[in-house]
Amino acid sequence: MKLWSWVLIFIVCNLTFSTISAFRLSRSQPTERISGSAGDVLEDDPVGRLKVFVYELPSKYNKKILQKDPRCLNHMFAAEIYMQRFLLSSPVRTLNPEEADWFYVPVYTTCDLTPNGLPLPFKSPRMMRSAIQLIASNWPYWNRTEGADHFFVVPHDFGACFHYQEEKAIGRGILTLLQRATLVQTFGQRNHVCLKEGSITVPPYAPPQKMQSHLIPEKTPRSIFVYFRGLFYDVGNDPEGGYYARGARAAVWENFKDNPLFDISTEHPTTYYEDMQRAIFCLCPLGWAPWSPRLVEAVIFGCIPVIIADDIVLPFADAIPWEEIGVFVDEKDVPYLDTILTSIPPEVILRKQRLLANPSMKQAMLFPQPAQPGDAFHQVLNGLARKLPHEKSVYLRPGEKLLNWTAGPVADLKPW
Amino acid sequence: MKLSALHQSYLNRRSNSFRSPTSVDSSVDGSGKSLIAVFWLILHCLCCLISLVLGFRFSRLVFFFLFSTSSTNLYSAPFPDLPVKHLDVHTLGRRLEPGANLTVASGTTTTKSSRVVVGRHGIRIRPWPHPNPVEVMKAHQIIERVQKEQKSVFGMKSSKMVIAVTPTYVRTFQALHLTGVMHSLMLVPYDLVWVVVEAGGATNETASIIAKSGLRTIHVGIDQRMPNTWEDRSKLEVFMRLQALRVVREEKLDGIVMFADDSNMHSMEFFDEIQNVKWFGTVSLGILAHSGNAEEMVMSMDKRKEMEKEAEEDSSSLPVQGPACNSTDQLVGWHIFNTLPYSGKSAVYIDDVAAVLPEKLEWSGFVLNSRLLWEEAENKPEWVKDFGSLNENEGVESPLSLLKDPSMVEPLGSCGRQVLLWWLRVEARADSKFPPGWIIDPPLEITVAAKRTPWPDVPPEPPTKTKDQMPLSQGGNTAVVIPKQQQHSTKIRKPKRRSKRNKHEPKLTDTTQVSSSSSKRQERN
Repeated sequence: MKLWSWVLIFIVCNLTFSTISAFRLSRSQPTERISGSAGDVLEDDPVGRLKVFVYELPSKYNKKILQKDPRCLNHMFAAEIYMQRFLLSSPVRTLNPEEADWFYVPVYTTCDLTPNGLPLPFKSPRMMRSAIQLIASNWPYWNRTEGADHFFVVPHDFGACFHYQEEKAIGRGILTLLQRATLVQTFGQRNHVCLKEGSITVPPYAPPQKMQSHLIPEKTPRSIFVYFRGLFYDVGNDPEGGYYARGARAAVWENFKDNPLFDISTEHPTTYYEDMQRAIFCLCPLGWAPWSPRLVEAVIFGCIPVIIADDIVLPFADAIPWEEIGVFVDEKDVPYLDTILTSIPPEVILRKQRLLANPSMKQAMLFPQPAQPGDAFHQVLNGLARKLPHEKSVYLRPGEKLLNWTAGPVADLKPW
Repeated sequence: MKLSALHQSYLNRRSNSFRSPTSVDSSVDGSGKSLIAVFWLILHCLCCLISLVLGFRFSRLVFFFLFSTSSTNLYSAPFPDLPVKHLDVHTLGRRLEPGANLTVASGTTTTKSSRVVVGRHGIRIRPWPHPNPVEVMKAHQIIERVQKEQKSVFGMKSSKMVIAVTPTYVRTFQALHLTGVMHSLMLVPYDLVWVVVEAGGATNETASIIAKSGLRTIHVGIDQRMPNTWEDRSKLEVFMRLQALRVVREEKLDGIVMFADDSNMHSMEFFDEIQNVKWFGTVSLGILAHSGNAEEMVMSMDKRKEMEKEAEEDSSSLPVQGPACNSTDQLVGWHIFNTLPYSGKSAVYIDDVAAVLPEKLEWSGFVLNSRLLWEEAENKPEWVKDFGSLNENEGVESPLSLLKDPSMVEPLGSCGRQVLLWWLRVEARADSKFPPGWIIDPPLEITVAAKRTPWPDVPPEPPTKTKDQMPLSQGGNTAVVIPKQQQHSTKIRKPKRRSKRNKHEPKLTDTTQVSSSSSKRQERN
């Protein structure tokens, strides 16, 4: 009898302590854990669950390109560079390719920049092809699976379609040699040619130190209802509107330019990050491509993202329940954006803010150097680990060839 | 790069539709093929000419409509449910098939059912693209709810009542100053009691102003009238404040006492910061000593820079009264306003056009816990004199006289580095008159709209006395009344942009213009 009462007390104590620890107070705000299998996955540790072998490519594929233009370290496509640096010093790296589950090919395809800083993708297919030919001829692992256990980071506008114009990108499709590999890319749109089944969507690179240095005290009251800074009409390329952003950004401007609740303009204020921390909703509409760094900034600064991009696939969609965190608005409903936003019940808004305040959520969107637990690098590795073990069908029989090495536009077949 | 997007897509479409009719006519035999080729070539040239003449978009439209029966996937994006107006005349979107072949029959569905189409879309605008007031209100409620949540999470857990003490008296600028303070106090998110002490007895004028606030007020009158010199005025104000503190003691009001002089300006952070006071605190007060004469102001600033002492503030141009701290954030003294540059040049009478200087230590820079004033309060510190036995004849200059040990004062606002309120004294002339309650009743008989800005280039001539002229404050603008004899018409200055609007309206006078002697008849509204 006495034993039972002691056991009961023990169980009750355990329960109370576990509920207390469930309330992770960081920066003194009660946050909500994204409960359920989706959210807890953010904190998984990939070390020990997979092994990655990094190919040693000649430096003309990575280091020399970076030396030619160091701006690549700061633009939104810098994930490919930091991914390689992370993997080289990470505990998941193995020097023995026989025991590796995944193979990483470090080639910087998005580092050929114009004077303005925009990457040109015209040589990227050739560069990729040349890299693959190199690894296929020097190591047997590519031919073993025709690349099905290899992964590449292609953070460009439309991923491995390697073009900035959507129509051209769709016309090209994903590079044939990458048809079996896993692609880690920022682009994601359902039922789109350039998003392959099994790709891992990552957020675009946003400089973590710069964002940290612009934090303001959390008790500053949020007084802006909707905030947006950026282009509505791309005057240089689409002066009439209708092409850029599928007309969605222009619709936002035309409908809400005189609405006092919407703080929207094309300016580049120096207080951009501070203003985002004073806003409740931040618009993240599509541009020429559906993804944008605004999503990362909104999550870091606790501003609820309003995503206006039909069929978009958001980063780490299998680990982060974006529906509960952000607001999704169809492009056809943009003229009624104010009605939609004001009809959200305040409890829902408060809940979304609590979810956004979760530090593991913010950490998952960043690429900090050096890497920290729970950041975007680890989420990528978690995603790769979840795809293990590889199916038996991935391994080809000797002599079997599934990829057509001569497919694609003729210009792509030229050596790089 | 993207400049050629439109051009490229145009060529694509033209080449696509170019191809497909030939696939339809694949059954034609070889001999007719060259004829058809020539025919298409001629048509191509014709279309080029049309586009040259009519412009790219119209010719493309014509071309498409001519060949709309062919197998191009011409697809006008449907907007069935929303009654929207399109900025763009053509709302053509094309669904591009992933992969190569264009199917022949029209009305085919694509293999991947993506509802997102590439291409030109219309820009949707709703019929009345302006803010809806109901939604604006809802949004403000949401903002308020979010801020309340933020406050409860990050802000004060328990807040004390704020007791604001304001000495005032009836004068021209009373409504101006008192309304400013009133609006600040109405925005304070904490409980508030406003103790208004009035010199010259509690009047209806003051009572009507403070009643508009909706705050809990205690209106006390004292019988002495406010004297006409700044020195005497500040002495009487000290007396009035002490009266208010007696009221606090008698009513046993529990909260934080702050001194809201009626011409000061308070920031909202001030009210948040004073919640942190335990017993007696001090904040930094920005001094706006204004002379009304700009050149004199500049001169005095230069002089002040010459005679800067070491203990003074750094080269900030705004003098600040506030606590001085050492490096460990402990109070070591006070910064006060340097009156040397103004010696002999400061205002003596209330309506002097000279700099009005603050006292050595202004009361508004201090806050205290009201329990210090009570007869009996638990944990009352020993370094506080008993308020009940305060002898005013000994001279109470600053709130520090209430304490035995001034070093126990808590510096607030990150040790005085934040200026949380501003001191200013601006008063109208002693003989200035104003309509009671600032309501002109009955309304003036003659009102004429000013054509341009009413500020005169030249000071107005004093108005001649007529029956319907009301006495107006002299420093202000005589915007509304015209005595009949002085009709002014000619414009001396160049017409500003407003004159464009009034081009077609009957000529109106600008009442404050000084005339040349020609007098045109004007029409009046």
